[in-house]
Amino acid sequence: MTSTTQTNYGDTIFRNLTRAFAFLILLLIVFMVYEMYRTSASSIEKFGWSFLTRSVWDPVQEEYGALPFIYGTLVSSAVALVIAVPLSVGVAIFLSELAPAWLERPVSFFVELLAGIPSIVYGVWGFFVMVPWMRTTVEPLLSDHLGFIPLFRGAPYGVGMLSAGVILSIMILPIIASISRDVLKAVPRVQKEAALALGGTRWEATRIGLSYARSGIMGATILGLGRVLGETMAVTMVIGNRPAISASLFDPAYTMASVLANEFTEATTDMYLSALVEIALVLFVITIIVNSFARLLVWSVTRKNQAGRV
Amino acid sequence: MFRYRKIKSTALYALCVASVLLALIPLLLIFYRTLSFGFTALNLDFFTQLPKPVGESGGGLANAIVGTMILVGIGCCLSLPVGILSGIYLSEYGQNVFGTSVRFLTDVLSGVPSIVTGVVAYTLVVIPMKHFSAYAGGVALAILMIPTITRTTEEMMKTVPHSYREAALALGISEWKTTLRIILRTSLGGVVTGVMLAIARAAGETAPLLFTALNNRFWHTTLDQPIASLTVFIYNYGVSPFDDWIAQAWAGALVLMLMILLLSIAVRFATRKRYHEH
Repeated sequence: MTSTTQTNYGDTIFRNLTRAFAFLILLLIVFMVYEMYRTSASSIEKFGWSFLTRSVWDPVQEEYGALPFIYGTLVSSAVALVIAVPLSVGVAIFLSELAPAWLERPVSFFVELLAGIPSIVYGVWGFFVMVPWMRTTVEPLLSDHLGFIPLFRGAPYGVGMLSAGVILSIMILPIIASISRDVLKAVPRVQKEAALALGGTRWEATRIGLSYARSGIMGATILGLGRVLGETMAVTMVIGNRPAISASLFDPAYTMASVLANEFTEATTDMYLSALVEIALVLFVITIIVNSFARLLVWSVTRKNQAGRV
Repeated sequence: MFRYRKIKSTALYALCVASVLLALIPLLLIFYRTLSFGFTALNLDFFTQLPKPVGESGGGLANAIVGTMILVGIGCCLSLPVGILSGIYLSEYGQNVFGTSVRFLTDVLSGVPSIVTGVVAYTLVVIPMKHFSAYAGGVALAILMIPTITRTTEEMMKTVPHSYREAALALGISEWKTTLRIILRTSLGGVVTGVMLAIARAAGETAPLLFTALNNRFWHTTLDQPIASLTVFIYNYGVSPFDDWIAQAWAGALVLMLMILLLSIAVRFATRKRYHEH
């Protein structure tokens, strides 16, 4: 019977070993927050909450405020979602309602492929192809026809908030579209059949499906938002990198992620480094909140659907 | 009235088709530009030569290609044990509050911006060592790789039928041997898929390397010094004012895309084979 005790011993060791590594993940997140908090302590101490509301960024005078970066991150993300979400829903409807079945595999492969293209490749393309096109064609066109809106007023630089939003929307469209397609596919056929049987048109049947899939599409959008908020390279190359808040989308701006990418190696003083790490901490907290919210939403939707299917 | 609804239905579907076209155009343009600009700048030297100084044409990014492989290698060494063992825990023992919270946090970790992991690696490795190094870059990449490996390991081990476990335990094989030699062995193909996905993602990362691995125009001699990577070179060359460098940035982008394409085709192939077996 000694062998039994020996194997039990092995089981206990193995179980605890794997548990220790699972615990390591938990520890890692806590540790990441602690590390950033520790390094940014002098900035947090000096500026307090006003760090989030001040718009000076002056490494020479050692005065730092994160507002222009927070503004840039939020507005570029908003522009990206405004462009990407309606298009993704259109693509998702096409794929789930209109596309023939044989198209499904190549499309899902294509989407996977796109999700795998590194951000830097989008950045290089945006920098050399999209920005000149925005400067010479899109922005003059917008200011000619929609110039009465302050958003589309001003000199067409090419680099700026609008370009950042457009490149971000290109990057997240496949992700939002593919999740939305899965959600639309999960709508019970009965729902659509009932709408058609009552004399509804095909679109009206689709609309029933859309209202059924609303929270799933919402979850997909928030997941996309989570990705857009922290996107670095593509944005850094097209946004113009100027810490200013301006009403026009044509003007250069700056995001939290791109100020880190550009200035981290130049941070010569402790306070400068501390302020940059605080920006990273703020970005981290924002993305954690957004992602947690998205996960909870997706979880609750799938759980509800599973319960409904029984 | 019905006519109106019919027209509205067709019109809205037409809008959907239009949005598909609108979504496809930029993506096809990106492929086209990268392929055409990349191929013209690509030659054998690109894979075998060191970068040339400003003003001299030619040269390649051999050190950057090797550097990317080394950084991803360090990332693998650090993330594989953590990812696979925690995945085993979640799959085999994780049906409790602790398991659920680890699962949730892993999902949250996978959404952390890559630049933030770079900042953490900087405070963790670069500040104590007082200089940039390949190790720091590897740490940053490892943090990014862990969640993907953990979750795919868990998902793949869960697909192994429960009867396998019962049969093994009934034969008197101990639990940990069952888990490692039977459950993990059976789902190995899927676990490897997860690892390759993580590698593909890490190989394409630029942001976390900018201020951890930094860059290096020469061959590295040890791992505690700055090291070149393909992505950082693409960035530095892409924003430079020199035509030679910009051409090489496109070539680098093409090589990077092809590397990732090959990886995802390999992943496809591996998963397809597994489905056929079932």
